[in-house]
Amino acid sequence: MEQLASALGTVIVGVLACVAYFYGSNWLLDRVFPANAASAEKGIKNLQIAHAVRPWLFLGPALLTLGLYLVYPALDSVRLSFYNSDSTQFVGLDNYVWLWFDDGFRQSMFNNMLWLIFVPAMSTFFGLVIAALTDRIWWGNIAKSLIFMPMAISFIGASIIWKFVYEYRGEGSAQIGILNAIVEALGGDPQAWITIPFWNNFFLMIILVWIQTGFAMVILSAALRGIPEETIEAATIDGANGVQIFFLIMVPQIWKTIAVVWTTITITVLKVFDIVFAMTNGQWDTQVLANYMYDWMFRGGGDFGRGATIAVIIMLLVVPIMIWNIRSATRDSKGH
Amino acid sequence: MISGSKTKSPLMWVVHLSVLMLVLLWTLPTIGLFVSSIRDKDQLAVSGWWTALFSSEQNVIGRSVDPEDQVFKDGLYVLQGNVLEQDGNSGTIKAFGWRAQEPAAFKVGETADMRRDRKMTVESDGSYTITQPEEWTGKRGKRIFYTIETPPIFTLDNYREVLTAEGIGQSFVNSLTVTIPSTVIPILIAAFASYALAWMHFPGRAVLIAVVVGLLVVPLQMSLIPLLRLYNGVGSFFGVPAKTYLGIWLAHTGFGLPLAVYLLRNYISELPREIIESARVDGASHFDIFVKIILPLSFPALASFAIFQFLWVWNDLLVAMVFLGNTEDQLVLTGRLREMLGSRGGNWEILTASAFITIIVPLGVFFTLQRYLVRGLLAGSVKGG
Repeated sequence: MEQLASALGTVIVGVLACVAYFYGSNWLLDRVFPANAASAEKGIKNLQIAHAVRPWLFLGPALLTLGLYLVYPALDSVRLSFYNSDSTQFVGLDNYVWLWFDDGFRQSMFNNMLWLIFVPAMSTFFGLVIAALTDRIWWGNIAKSLIFMPMAISFIGASIIWKFVYEYRGEGSAQIGILNAIVEALGGDPQAWITIPFWNNFFLMIILVWIQTGFAMVILSAALRGIPEETIEAATIDGANGVQIFFLIMVPQIWKTIAVVWTTITITVLKVFDIVFAMTNGQWDTQVLANYMYDWMFRGGGDFGRGATIAVIIMLLVVPIMIWNIRSATRDSKGH
Repeated sequence: MISGSKTKSPLMWVVHLSVLMLVLLWTLPTIGLFVSSIRDKDQLAVSGWWTALFSSEQNVIGRSVDPEDQVFKDGLYVLQGNVLEQDGNSGTIKAFGWRAQEPAAFKVGETADMRRDRKMTVESDGSYTITQPEEWTGKRGKRIFYTIETPPIFTLDNYREVLTAEGIGQSFVNSLTVTIPSTVIPILIAAFASYALAWMHFPGRAVLIAVVVGLLVVPLQMSLIPLLRLYNGVGSFFGVPAKTYLGIWLAHTGFGLPLAVYLLRNYISELPREIIESARVDGASHFDIFVKIILPLSFPALASFAIFQFLWVWNDLLVAMVFLGNTEDQLVLTGRLREMLGSRGGNWEILTASAFITIIVPLGVFFTLQRYLVRGLLAGSVKGG
């Protein structure tokens, strides 16, 4: 409880400090460069200076935090990837060479590619289908809310939920995992699903699809509602059926939104860590980059060089999407 | 949308049915978790959660009293007692048997003929008699196989246990300690920056906006090692622990800022120009405009971000594992869950109850503030395209 009190205290102190900083620095600026100075010329000059400085007072704390917690570390990670395990010696490209021939890395890359194809595709597909279907029924909003719900659940909570679904009990005892119970009811043999190499990747991916579908659905549902009614009416008059309207009229019009959803989920997939960490910790051939990076970061006291190298690889995979995002964002604000 | 087809399509029931199937598919795993968390732990271990409303059956091997406790009655030597009481089981007995090959060959109340004129009877309440004409010898009693049927038991015992003995209560407090400052602090910092990026003119503004959009997708992994080194360095330089709440508050503030600035700038830049300009004409300073006009008007965007940040910090495992310790007063809920998965892997009554406590807070936030969350998602994503 004492701890909570200190947290609340921090909130108050933090907020007060922020207010004091913003108020104080603005006040100081107006004091040092007053607009109503002795001469009119001086006053205009002061105004210009204050005008040029003020944005940086507003931006200061944010830029400082972004610099310290994102920009500097990102650059430093690149630097550290050329150093040895405790960052004391420059080793050139050694870490990258090691990575190239490392089995764990190859497996992580292969699995990450599987994740990158399967998860965005399935999430977007289900999201689109659910968005289209729920728009047509009266209880659609309740259905959407329920499918959206996993978004609020932590990856680790979701892992426990699904580990319980996949739970395997040996031959002879009753299966308490629903998947094995269904398989048994259909006459199949129960399996320890997450230990079957290759296919177990998909059992882990399903967890992320389960979480991300709600996100895709919400965005795509809004996009579908934005489609001009006339295009659909015209198609109906021309005799198109529901499926044709959906694929030939509606989907092409929201193509851009689908791309945004797809790339956003792709980013999430590249960073996926908790699920693999909790379900298998990379065993049974399920390793992925983010978990492999964490593994090296702490393995045997921590190999920062190799860990940083894996982080740089993840970053490189993100860069194309980053550039695409920046380009479309700047295009947007120019049109503003 | 396709309003015309709403009534005339004969395939409407297919739509209803498929949506129902999808909803079930998406909710059943969570329902299973919840139902399991309130079941009796012995039942949970032997039967699926979907059978929770039905009685569960269990095969048990018990033993009669030892021969030294035998009584002589009506010309027979009798071993008698109550097998349920002896084994400490509850429920009613459905069937019994005396051989391992046929553990449920006889219904309760029937008399089973065993070898050498021995007879066994077991009643539903567990009382049994085993008789034979000669005196019983040997040290141990006879084996009794029986099937008990237990009515469904729902209990909060699992929750009581995890909240106290398993330390989930303490972790809950730890999670709150991490989450509250990490949610509030970035809002203010971001709001001021967003105002500058939206309504002030200065060289480099466009570049800064582009940088923020770029930082949105920088993977956390890029920050971990340098920050860990930095924290360790600061810790040993000043002789303070490297893993502190202050450290994780600042880390979460940094990681949450790009989204905060991006969301808030988009929103603030679309506030009507006239309001801000007329306030300028009236001689209001930027600071006054920000506090008196922008902040109140941006409430929906602030709420959206607050919800995102709250969910993200509460659900985070990676940052907490790197920047907080494993001690009782620093282990957050997600970290505790992950630890339990290792140490309590088979104890589903503990795992399910703990997991449910962990997800109940975000679910509550989700269902009460869903519209802000949706609005934030739309502002954060559709804009990019």
